[in-house]
Amino acid sequence: MVVLPLTGNYAVAWAVKRARVKVIAAYPITPQTTIVEKLSEMVENGELDAKMIRVESEHSALAAVYGAAIAGARAFTATSSHGLLYMHEVLWWVSASRVPLVMAIVTRAIGPPWNIWTDHSDLLDQRDTGWIISMAESNQEAFDLTLQAFKITEDDRVNLPMIVGLDAFILSHTTAPVDVLEQEDVDRWLPERKQLYVIDPNNRFSLGNIASPKDYMMFRYDIEKAMDNARRVILEVDREYGKVFGREYGGLVECYKCSDAKYTVVAMGAWAGDAKEAIDILRDNGYAVGVLRIRFIRPLPVNEILNYLSGMKGVIVLDRSVSFGAGGQLFTEVSSILASRGRPPAMKGVIAGLGGVDVSYSEIKDIVLKFINEVEDQGWFIKRQEWFMPYEYSFKDYG
Amino acid sequence: MSSSYLIRIKGFTLPLSVASEGAMGRTGSWRTFKPVINYSKCIKCYLCWLHCPFSVISKDSSGVVIDYEYCKGCGICYDVCPTKAIVMVPER
Repeated sequence: MVVLPLTGNYAVAWAVKRARVKVIAAYPITPQTTIVEKLSEMVENGELDAKMIRVESEHSALAAVYGAAIAGARAFTATSSHGLLYMHEVLWWVSASRVPLVMAIVTRAIGPPWNIWTDHSDLLDQRDTGWIISMAESNQEAFDLTLQAFKITEDDRVNLPMIVGLDAFILSHTTAPVDVLEQEDVDRWLPERKQLYVIDPNNRFSLGNIASPKDYMMFRYDIEKAMDNARRVILEVDREYGKVFGREYGGLVECYKCSDAKYTVVAMGAWAGDAKEAIDILRDNGYAVGVLRIRFIRPLPVNEILNYLSGMKGVIVLDRSVSFGAGGQLFTEVSSILASRGRPPAMKGVIAGLGGVDVSYSEIKDIVLKFINEVEDQGWFIKRQEWFMPYEYSFKDYG
Repeated sequence: MSSSYLIRIKGFTLPLSVASEGAMGRTGSWRTFKPVINYSKCIKCYLCWLHCPFSVISKDSSGVVIDYEYCKGCGICYDVCPTKAIVMVPER
């Protein structure tokens, strides 16, 4: 155990170092910048034997590490917000080429208007790309997920890239003690890189050539198959990591006091910690409440959501993002799963904290309490979404 | 895909294919201008060989030779030739 005071971004950089990544490329964007800044420092002073590629854009950053990964190198990049959106096309290239690759996303709002604070819209914009997508609650978990990502992505049954998400500033720039493990222990646990194929000048083939419609469909089917396998692999890696290093999170979700709960809060990312504090207070006041923290949004934890939440009286989902015209992404996904079986619990989605609006544990407590009272008064049939924005605004009409 | 089979590794179908000549058809028919080499001006610098995006220019005892079955007539060889030994002739 090596405990250091690290920001979330530095924790990610340390995990990349521990995984002995060989190629890094990135383009600076707040709030991701300090990840690659730290990594370039590590490369410069000889702590990390890796090639740091300077590129002119995020599109090129991901393209560069994609090439390195196809050539057989363990590779890494990181970005946020507009940088991630600019990368979007290449995300599909990486996943559909079935190349293991790890990327950190420091979640940040998308403009206009310009805003650098946390918001999960950039992360969730990548839901359909075929990447495994995780979200950390703490700096320690950002480290652990990044390290585990290499083992998950390089597993024979998976061979898909993975995103490790962490909230802007709340984790990325806030210092907390992080166990960065001993290098020898990590070396024993993490095998040499494996992948399905490697570019080899002596054994030539072409990648991404034109494919007939029915062939194309088979490639897509196999990505879905790999995503399904990833559910098992993520759980296996989590358990094994727990045995070796003493930290196990529960796989695709973390269930906090939800086994005997009647009401559950579903949340993802750093504010799940605030939700835990909120329900602790509610429990002290006699309410049977729990938190189901989504650790992986892809693959979607379908069985976990059904197993933990089907029997609840009420489920309230906190979304730090919105899919305009449909509502919060977590809410729409969780509620559609729950509605597929039997009589679903009362369900409510709350959109809050967009663009980095601070939502405190006491506000979450109030939101949950209001929901419990609504269900107790009105019954199980509630299914609706609300925007939590009890703020003062002043307007000036121009027309 | 050039092949009639799908490449599968460890149970996964992959978007890979083994390259073969003419996999995309006889692209020479796409040409509207044809690059023609004047060998008396050619200095065998091989810049055209290096720049051809379709690899249809090969080295030869006479200097270079263009494979017109697959040359699309893009004119990059004409553009990079330092002695103007390549001219673009309109196809009939």
